Amino acid sequence: MIGGLFIYNHKGEVLISRVYRDDIGRNAVDAFRVNVIHARQQVRSPVTNIARTSFFHVKRSNIWLAAVTKQNVNAAMVFEFLYKMCDVMTAYFGKISEENIKNNFVLIYELLDEILDFGYPQNSETGALKTFITQQGIKGQHQTKEEQSQITSQVTGQIGWRREGIKYRRNELFLDVLESVNLLMSPQGQVLSAHVSGRVVMKSYLSGMPECKFGMNDKIVIDKQGKGGTTDEPGKSELGGSGKQSIAIDDCTFHQCVRLSKFDSERSISFIPPDGEYELMRYRTTKDIILPFRVIPLVREVGRTKLEVKVVIKSNFKPSLLAQKIEVRIPTPLNTSGVQVICMKGKAKYKASENAIVWKIKRMAGMKESQISAEIELLPTNDKKKWARPPISMKFQVPFAPSGLKVRYLKVFESKLNYSDHDVIKWVRYIGRSGIYETRC
Amino acid sequence: MEWASQLCENRGLGSKMTDSKYFTTTKKGEIFELKAELNSDKKEKKKEAVKKVIASMTVGKDVSALFPDVVNCMQTDNLELKKLVYLYLMNYAKSQPDMAIMAVNTFVKDCEDLNPLIRALAVRTMGCIRVDKITEYLCEPLRKCLKDEDPYVRKTAAVCVAKLHDINAQLVEDQGFLDTLKDLISDSNPMVVANAVAALSEIAESHPNSNLLDLNPQTINKLLTALNECTEWGQIFILDCLASYLPRDDRESQSICERVTPRLSHANSAVVLSAVKVLMKFMEMLPKDLDYYGTLLKKLAPPLVTLLSAEPELQYVALRNINLIVQKRPEILKHEMKVFFVKYNDPIYVKLEKLDIMIRLASQANIAQVLAELKEYATEVDVDFVRKAVRAIGRCAIKVEQSAERCVSTLLDLIQTKVNYVVQEAIVVIKDIFRKYPNKYESVIATLCENLDSLDEPEARAAMIWIVGEYAERIDNADELLESFLEGFHDESTQVQLQLLTAIVKLFLKKPTETQELVQQVLSLATQDSDNPDLRDRGYIYWRLLSTDPVAAKEVVLAEKPLISEETDLIEPTLLEELICHIGTLASVYHKPPSAFVEGSRGVQHKRLPPRTGSGESTETPDVGQSGPSEAPPAVIPSQGDLLGDLLNLDLAPPTATVPSVQPSMQMGAMDLLGGGLDSLLGGDIGGSPSMGAGLGAAPAAMPASLGSAPAVGGGLGDLFDLGGGVGMPTGSYVAPKTVWLLAMKAKGLEISGTFARRGGIIQMDLSLTNKAMSVMTDFAIQFNRNSFGLAPAGPLQVLTPLSPNQTIDVSLPLSTSGPVMKMEPLNNLQVAVKNNIDVFYFSCQYPLSLLFVEDGKMDRQVFLATWKDIPNDNEAQFQIKDIHLNSDVASNKLQGSNIFTIAKRTVEGQDMLYQSVKLTNGIWVLAEMRIQTGNPNYTLSIKCRAPEVCPFVYQCYELVLKN
Repeated sequence: MIGGLFIYNHKGEVLISRVYRDDIGRNAVDAFRVNVIHARQQVRSPVTNIARTSFFHVKRSNIWLAAVTKQNVNAAMVFEFLYKMCDVMTAYFGKISEENIKNNFVLIYELLDEILDFGYPQNSETGALKTFITQQGIKGQHQTKEEQSQITSQVTGQIGWRREGIKYRRNELFLDVLESVNLLMSPQGQVLSAHVSGRVVMKSYLSGMPECKFGMNDKIVIDKQGKGGTTDEPGKSELGGSGKQSIAIDDCTFHQCVRLSKFDSERSISFIPPDGEYELMRYRTTKDIILPFRVIPLVREVGRTKLEVKVVIKSNFKPSLLAQKIEVRIPTPLNTSGVQVICMKGKAKYKASENAIVWKIKRMAGMKESQISAEIELLPTNDKKKWARPPISMKFQVPFAPSGLKVRYLKVFESKLNYSDHDVIKWVRYIGRSGIYETRC
Repeated sequence: MEWASQLCENRGLGSKMTDSKYFTTTKKGEIFELKAELNSDKKEKKKEAVKKVIASMTVGKDVSALFPDVVNCMQTDNLELKKLVYLYLMNYAKSQPDMAIMAVNTFVKDCEDLNPLIRALAVRTMGCIRVDKITEYLCEPLRKCLKDEDPYVRKTAAVCVAKLHDINAQLVEDQGFLDTLKDLISDSNPMVVANAVAALSEIAESHPNSNLLDLNPQTINKLLTALNECTEWGQIFILDCLASYLPRDDRESQSICERVTPRLSHANSAVVLSAVKVLMKFMEMLPKDLDYYGTLLKKLAPPLVTLLSAEPELQYVALRNINLIVQKRPEILKHEMKVFFVKYNDPIYVKLEKLDIMIRLASQANIAQVLAELKEYATEVDVDFVRKAVRAIGRCAIKVEQSAERCVSTLLDLIQTKVNYVVQEAIVVIKDIFRKYPNKYESVIATLCENLDSLDEPEARAAMIWIVGEYAERIDNADELLESFLEGFHDESTQVQLQLLTAIVKLFLKKPTETQELVQQVLSLATQDSDNPDLRDRGYIYWRLLSTDPVAAKEVVLAEKPLISEETDLIEPTLLEELICHIGTLASVYHKPPSAFVEGSRGVQHKRLPPRTGSGESTETPDVGQSGPSEAPPAVIPSQGDLLGDLLNLDLAPPTATVPSVQPSMQMGAMDLLGGGLDSLLGGDIGGSPSMGAGLGAAPAAMPASLGSAPAVGGGLGDLFDLGGGVGMPTGSYVAPKTVWLLAMKAKGLEISGTFARRGGIIQMDLSLTNKAMSVMTDFAIQFNRNSFGLAPAGPLQVLTPLSPNQTIDVSLPLSTSGPVMKMEPLNNLQVAVKNNIDVFYFSCQYPLSLLFVEDGKMDRQVFLATWKDIPNDNEAQFQIKDIHLNSDVASNKLQGSNIFTIAKRTVEGQDMLYQSVKLTNGIWVLAEMRIQTGNPNYTLSIKCRAPEVCPFVYQCYELVLKN
């Protein structure tokens, strides 16, 4: 297990040092500084073995966090723990910086004492921790016995991520479906690879211990229901734009609040959510992706000193929707001497330092097309090597989910308090962004 | 300074914004001031002082002098202050054990506090204070806390048992804490269960033989239930513990897999990887034709791919593990090549790992895409990455024959870039391509030769020299080229010198007329002016060969080269199996067994995959899998074989370029064993052969495949192992199945299994040699140590063709009994040395005595009677042979097949008495009387012999023959 945990500033000075195991000596602190932070060459692995001692490190801005061990620990767990520790610290005092760490070192020691015991990670959900690690010092004495046992049962209980007794006047929840769509397309318009990686982020402001059930247009669920005999197609009216009924999800992972065995057996997503913002799930799809834009490049070499480039972009979604922050980047050869650009919409500029023409459009509605044409003057060179023609890349943001994912419902049940699913105000938002979105030319 | 700190304090006592000031006090006399402040009456001032002490401690200053003053602050109702004092105590208690005692009372008192948080804090901290006197006081509070009503206290106490065990293991056992801890596995609170599991697993690791965890279907069920309910960390502890369980049969294995698979959708990558570990391990037990097996394989791919969207450090861990998984089960990810394509802003460590996996997944189906990617990578900026990409192109050429031509032309393009390290790397891989596809791409040699001058790395120079030497007849100025290298001969590295020597000899053999002078020159440089023994030896060999028999020299030097294997850098199978059992851990990141980087007893225990059961073709019943030794931890003491091998390897191993890396698992200690072991092998006193039985016993677990193919022996296997270390008994029809005598892991990839047989009066040793290493094995030879009956090989070991990777050769070695004699312990022990081009390996095995029963062993009746009387009664030994359901005639016939002759039979009161004789090769007669009662499956055997020590072995033969 984790033998010790150190935090250093960018100079390698120790800000926090907590040793959990007897086999880690003070010299370990120095060993990491000398061999990793002060190393002459950039360290090429997040795991370093120095004299039979293993160091795991992550960096946040210019702060180094290192976990040390002499045993064959679960490496994935150590990194997950280090990330978690960063989350906890951020939740307590904001950005992880030298100043913040120095200002909160007592708190950090208290946290480290709580979330790691003998090197074994313990409950590290901020929701739970904040109920009893407060830096108010004397709170422990004023708590009633009920309060105390409530804390301990929450920390150790099945729902360690949520405390009891949360009350809101207005029960409200926000769901953000955030997707990034990735594409590699051939010059002829053939899709070489495309995938969407998405996240469902939830902000919940709900009273009590609400039981939630989340439904989306997962193909497996919809197909099952179809077979079950329900004749009316669920959610047909909600599904606009794409006209797709359901989507095939390649893989998804869930926040620990989701009952995984239930998902595995029934594919239903049920949970008691943490309070506030958290990531409910991540998913990946590769089939039937709506590609919001299509890029049609045309490059013609006119002699040895001139290139003619014409690029058409077509938006491929409902005309009522607007795409934003569109940027098309057209690479130019290294020996470019001058560029003339004409574009119908937006602004385009040749950026010599980046070897590219950058074309920006603020907004564009669906089912439209726009065009740019450029003449590129080239310097004659002796270089026999041909220009490699890097792909044209694109950035944008659209108000729908390119995977076609739709939230079908998010039901909230809280039997003990007197509010029902209808009383909860729910907001759903879809944002699709470009990941690596490239078309070869 | 005083002013400054005063100011700070006034501005906001105890408020968050000022804590950083504690890091800045660096004046002299600080300790005195702190002392005064610690003893102040004001609470706030005290607290501030303790904070300063902790800050100093953090930056490494020695503040141990303040021990009594800080401990005095412990008695407080301020929780924050208390925690600070505890933190100080944990750091300095060890250096001030006597003073630390002062704290005991407070701890004991706190363990009784009404607030469970305080109780837990006290027991947690107390466990961290490693002072003997304190631990004594810890026992009572700990016992109470383990049974506390509050789960938070119990989960803390569970970990505390592990802490205490680390300080004083005996105390924990004596106090019965282990049992209490075991009880906690059934606790109602999932977190208590998880921590108890973690503590027990850790304690069990330092007692490899204790049955501490005692996993059985009931406890497993409890763990699986807790798995659904506990925190993400708890799930990891439980999954890691589950992975060490060996299911009873494939059904249990499947049901556990079914309950673990939901974990694959967990957001925590460590939970996912630990679940993958359990599944990869238990999958071994599932029959391949089972539908569920296919389903499981399909379920594994998506989560593994998803791990690649985690943070870079986790991606790295995931990729190192995927590298193992791809080697073990390539089918899982074979369609997922694209996700391993390198992204522009991946950290370099992720890029390098992805590249490795891309090569492993490259196949004819995806090679075009892979090559296009690799070509992109070769133009990147990071030198290591570019080199690896270039090398990867070469590996693709060797792996996928159809792509070879494209790869070569890509490499030529890269050579044209003239980027120094790209060119050198390209030349190194082109050499391998030449070896794999001889006489195909030699047209590019001209281009390569143009770049001779830019090569400054030994490996590239050696590769180029090899190419010139190999194709000397096609390169007009080969002699000039090689001569140019010769100028700085002594400044070259050994690798280049050796290559140059060989290349020039090749050149000479091909073009003898023009190059005589050159060869003279290199030979004298190598033999006379060099102090490198390898180089000198090779020089002398060539010299003598050339001067005595040029024709032979040609045959040797220009011999056809063995093929190079398609896959390189593959992890050795036995190591791979072990690493699969360590998925997610550091071992899987380093690709080394834990013993290579963990000190002490922890982790020395080797883990193995469970043997495959079920499926039609296997005759192994699940019973065998369970009763097999795989569950018992393998011997911690290495058997003498590999120790000797390691030691002698220094002198005996010929220098070769293809020695596979020595597995670090061999670095185990126990040097004192060597004395005895060596003696007995080298003909000194009769030394014991320690742990031989254990070594052999462990063998079948590691090699389930080889067992599976053996003839049906069913449940009898277990007995066989107990008796003769796996040695079977030759009869007219029956020869024992081969058992593994030498593990590949201990013999650099060479696995030997074998058995003995007596066929038509000739003693034979049947051997199966399997090459589990990456390189070809040649030059096999065998030798026996002196033994009790003078067994010796009657001819050389006939392995004519080189043994290529993954190939198995069966050899029968005829044995004579005219070798030197030395009494062994046990009597039928045989110590064997096998040599190949890599090393010399030692193992010992036991032969059935029936091997030595000669065909003319039928004694005359009269002589029998006289001899029986002649042998003193003290020499008579009685044995019971149980569970034989044969009548006397069948038994007699069976025995005759093994040269145990029945001379007479008498029937008295329903009892058959058989009188039998046996003659050993060294002329010893053995006389026996066997009583068979009809209806009674137990026979009574009386054996008389002038050399009574053979009796038990004769009895063994009886039992083996009759039972098979």
